[in-house]
Amino acid sequence: MEKYEIRLSGSGGQGVILASIILADAAIEQGLNAIQTQSYGPEARGGSSKAELIISREEISYPKLRKANILLSLTQNAYDKYIASLDKDGILIVDEDIKLSGNYPVKTYRLPILKNAVEKFETAMVANIISVGAIYELIGEDVIDKEIMIRSISERVPPPTIQKNLEAFEEGINLIRGYYE
Amino acid sequence: MNDKGYKLVQGNEACVEGALAAGMRFFAGYPITPSTEIAELSSQRLPKLGGKFIQMEDELASMAAIIGASLAGMKSMTATSGPGFSLMQENIGYAAIAEIPCVIVNVQRGGPSTGQPTSPAQGDVMQARWGTHGDHPAIALTPNSVQETFEYTVKAFNLAEKYRTPVILLMDEIVGHMREKMTYKNISDLEVINRKKPSCKPEEYVAYRPDEDMIPPMASFGEGYRYHVTGLTHDETGFPTNSNEISERLIKRIVDKVEKNIDDFSYFEEYKMEDAEMAIIAYGGVSRSAKSAVDQLRKQNIKAGMFRPITIWPFLEKQVHKVSFQVKEIYVAEMNLGQYSLEVERAACKNCKVSKINKVNGELITPEEIIEALGGRYEL
Repeated sequence: MEKYEIRLSGSGGQGVILASIILADAAIEQGLNAIQTQSYGPEARGGSSKAELIISREEISYPKLRKANILLSLTQNAYDKYIASLDKDGILIVDEDIKLSGNYPVKTYRLPILKNAVEKFETAMVANIISVGAIYELIGEDVIDKEIMIRSISERVPPPTIQKNLEAFEEGINLIRGYYE
Repeated sequence: MNDKGYKLVQGNEACVEGALAAGMRFFAGYPITPSTEIAELSSQRLPKLGGKFIQMEDELASMAAIIGASLAGMKSMTATSGPGFSLMQENIGYAAIAEIPCVIVNVQRGGPSTGQPTSPAQGDVMQARWGTHGDHPAIALTPNSVQETFEYTVKAFNLAEKYRTPVILLMDEIVGHMREKMTYKNISDLEVINRKKPSCKPEEYVAYRPDEDMIPPMASFGEGYRYHVTGLTHDETGFPTNSNEISERLIKRIVDKVEKNIDDFSYFEEYKMEDAEMAIIAYGGVSRSAKSAVDQLRKQNIKAGMFRPITIWPFLEKQVHKVSFQVKEIYVAEMNLGQYSLEVERAACKNCKVSKINKVNGELITPEEIIEALGGRYEL
């Protein structure tokens, strides 16, 4: 397993911080090392929000990302701000509404994350867990057991929404699996 | 929790867990980024343990409240960041002269004033030493990981109780907001120290008469021991005095009881220092960049090492002096314009060159910046 340096970005309230915590939690449960950090605008809602996650078998000293190898952006602002920080061999996951600049020829998944959250699950609140599914599919079951992921999600989302969130997680996995350019 | 006992925990959460493990049963504070999670989690945990949480009107009152609670026998803590830390200074001095154990957590953010609320900084290092007026003792500890935050919060309480003095846990936003693995495995092995109580009858109690260790036994209010507490210079009964002799004896004693016992709590880490020719001195979040830099520099055959003070006050005079004999150059990396480096320069006594690596833009100093300062190449 290589070292994963993952940046999740969106607007405040979209839950990208929770998404990063769920992934970090699962990595630790798996016995790997993980560090999660976050920064956010002064506004609790609507400001820009960014979370970072490093997963590695080795001990992690420097807690920040050097170059992301996976970047998730749920808003145009977040994409514009962070695309330059993605490694040239990295992978980009963006919401399909985002206009790509064309200057960064990286492996890209444009997924209907926000649209499917609302249309299939009747709430934009699960967009972060759809994103978790998509990122997890890229990391792979050989790195983190799916059972551990399911437990991590179940423990971190509000209990009445567990079922819906687990379905959202599957949705994210399937969006990557069924993706064609 | 995984099978090795590790769990994902945030630095601020670890601080609360450490405080509870040390016996904290009272928290008063005014939430402020990036320390808010400490107040938040304390408010959830304390009532379930029979403790008290109070959100006060401001930080002056928060500090006053924990002093009062401690006098009543509770292990007490508050948590804040720069602007709140400034407001607490007056009562930190009160706790120092009245010898009231308490723990003040400062999760540092960019200053001065309201500065950069969500960004890390280490600009309060000198304030942690000299923020309150007058000569006074200062103990400040600086963890650099989630695990250490847990362990050194326990130690902060122990030192406060043992030496009857306010202790500052000087964190930074990096360590406070970071989540990483932590284990509670050895929690039952943790040493927990409680304040020394009087063994005499209440009518024989002289509140500020020190034992041979310079520390007076402390009775809790409500236990029948009556005494007077004041911020004025006082005699052994606790009542104010104008005596020059008694005043001098008091101030020297409250400073000496800490500084003469520095060997009891000189916490530090040395990383690859055995054959080092250059030493990076860094603490808190920055030390994680320094460690990463040392590893990369070693791969390029540059003999770098790191000295990391965890006890940041009192200054680790002896240890830094020793480093100055060992290496050709010391680089002090800190997220301020050079505060700890002044002390390092003083202790190095020109035995070696002392250089500074500083940053105040709200970002953590990177390994790259440290590597380049030491003449290495940065490789991804």
